[in-house]
Amino acid sequence: MKNKDKNAVAYWKENVKYLFILLSIWFLVSYGAGILFKDFLNQFSLGGFKLGFWFAQQGSIYVFVILIFVYVRIMNKLDKKYGYDE
Amino acid sequence: MDAQILTYIIVGATFALYIGIAIWSRAGSTKDFYVAGGGVGPIANGMATAADWMSAASFISMAGVIAFMGYDGSTYLMGWTGGYVLLALMLAPYLRKFGKFTVPDFIGDRYYSKTARGVAVFCALIVSFTYVAGQMRGVGVVFSRFLEVEINTGVYIGMVIVLFYAVLGGMKGITYTQVAQYCVLIFAFMVPAIFISIQLTGNPVPMLGMGDTLVNEPDVYLLDRIDGLSDELGFSKYTDGSKSMIDVIAITLALMVGTAGLPHVIVRFFTVKRVKDARKSAGFALLFIAILYITAPAVAVFSKVNLIETVSEKPYEEMPEWFTNWESLGLIGWVDKNGDGKIQYLGPDNNGGVAIDGKTPEFSEGVGRSGERIVTNPSENQNELYVDNDIMVMANPEIADLPNWVIALVAAGCLAAALSTAAGLLLVISSAVSHDLIKKMIKPDISEKGELIAARLSAVGAVVIAGYFGINPPGFVAAVVALAFGLAAASFFPAIVLGIFYKKMNKEGAVAGMLTGVLLMLFYMAKFKFDAFGGGGEADWWFGVSPEGFGSVAMVANFVVAIVVCQFTKETPQEVQDIVENIRIPSGAGEATGH
Repeated sequence: MKNKDKNAVAYWKENVKYLFILLSIWFLVSYGAGILFKDFLNQFSLGGFKLGFWFAQQGSIYVFVILIFVYVRIMNKLDKKYGYDE
Repeated sequence: MDAQILTYIIVGATFALYIGIAIWSRAGSTKDFYVAGGGVGPIANGMATAADWMSAASFISMAGVIAFMGYDGSTYLMGWTGGYVLLALMLAPYLRKFGKFTVPDFIGDRYYSKTARGVAVFCALIVSFTYVAGQMRGVGVVFSRFLEVEINTGVYIGMVIVLFYAVLGGMKGITYTQVAQYCVLIFAFMVPAIFISIQLTGNPVPMLGMGDTLVNEPDVYLLDRIDGLSDELGFSKYTDGSKSMIDVIAITLALMVGTAGLPHVIVRFFTVKRVKDARKSAGFALLFIAILYITAPAVAVFSKVNLIETVSEKPYEEMPEWFTNWESLGLIGWVDKNGDGKIQYLGPDNNGGVAIDGKTPEFSEGVGRSGERIVTNPSENQNELYVDNDIMVMANPEIADLPNWVIALVAAGCLAAALSTAAGLLLVISSAVSHDLIKKMIKPDISEKGELIAARLSAVGAVVIAGYFGINPPGFVAAVVALAFGLAAASFFPAIVLGIFYKKMNKEGAVAGMLTGVLLMLFYMAKFKFDAFGGGGEADWWFGVSPEGFGSVAMVANFVVAIVVCQFTKETPQEVQDIVENIRIPSGAGEATGH
């Protein structure tokens, strides 16, 4: 395999790893906290919100926004590391 | 000043602004027309995407729907935002790198097949037409409610405006008008929300006010109050909901994946310069969308509490003016079932339920004993009040006694939301016809100039057809939005994701998968929404999943069929595998081209 291709394969592997981590968080806050474990989390409260309900109607959306910007940062760094930035 | 005159002034001013922008940003080439010249900045693109995405339904109906569904409404909140995470992480950067004009372009080239391209064009057209019909209707309805013109006249006015800037400016004109439309709509949504939040909770930030205590009872939380009221009146608790968990998951997933697969959303990411800008603009798009989406559940709670406290057990004769105004438009209906002259608003646990028989109230001439309009189709149960979802946002300024300019602003905001989405969809339709159908399949030797003319003509055609549907709405408008998401989830999403992440995916697998997903979705909708194939009720749903959520099942079927078929058919040619290798690397994206 040429060096150029090796570089590309390593970049892709690292990219997929970050994807997996970020999408796990995406799943946990929405399907996890907002739906599957909502009843359990509703025992706790955040101000006037029951916690599970808060995740379903507000919290998950905040996390979604943060996730994308974290992804942007990670990928910009990764692009630099492998020399793909422009 | 009179609300009516103010509304004319503010709506007129915003329309002048949109047309001004359209003239300033005319499209000179097919590249301008399809992808706005490819040089849109990430923040502007984020705003345009947000306006494109948030339709009349998001602006007018969503808060009302949540107000009546409580926790179950979370499916829309999470579903219509969470899809952007998928879009940003799994689709947008790679499609931008691929660098073509349309979604069928990607499918056709990646799967080296005219059949795949044809299937994609077909899906893009169905999804966009079902969606755009509702938007044109929305424009008409907003006109009729705020400016007291006929709905049809409203549709004609909307057609002329959209025609003007979509045909003249293409993607370039649309993008810059959408930036303006985003500003108008978000301002119009936030102002009443902030006022009402201050009135009810003393907190000027609506999303925090939702979790705050009441102004007139400082030790009671707003959400506890709404739970208490729901309990008392026999509705399920606001923060609990009543849908089954499996259905909540299925609907949320279908909406998320559908969002990520909608062609008019995906195509926005072809308009930026570099791959990193595509990622960034997905982030900004979600940020701008989230502002409305985290305010909407707050508005839902505020207006539900306001509504219940205004009407429940109060005599009809003491109702404020807005109540009778909306009653005269048929969006509120009251039947004095027990003859006490007071309004009973009751849920299923308290001998209540749906107040009328059928979808909307029907009225006869004349008035009842308290002066109410007579409803001719009351139901058997004890609930006396019918309230249309849409009132929650549209009547908010009146319910909270806000100044007239706020009412005018809300009208302008509704129109901005409906027009921006309609324009984005029309563009997808026109490019699917002029680029994918004419240039790529029927007449490949068409000149640049000819293609631009074809694009403009198909935009005109699309506006006319959309207007026709707006004036003669097919009876299934409410059902088709779910269908549009289900179809996008069942067709595009798996084909694109596999195309990027599974190098060996071949055309046989992709085509079989897309066809399976789409046909399954259409079958399920036909069976459970339109009573075809023997029909059936809730008890017959597969895996307990409603038609709204079935897109997620059809999507899984698409993935499975595609991967299985792929194992038994010819391997993907090397040059296509090289394309996939190439789109995985962000640098050297160059400019989007049609060749």
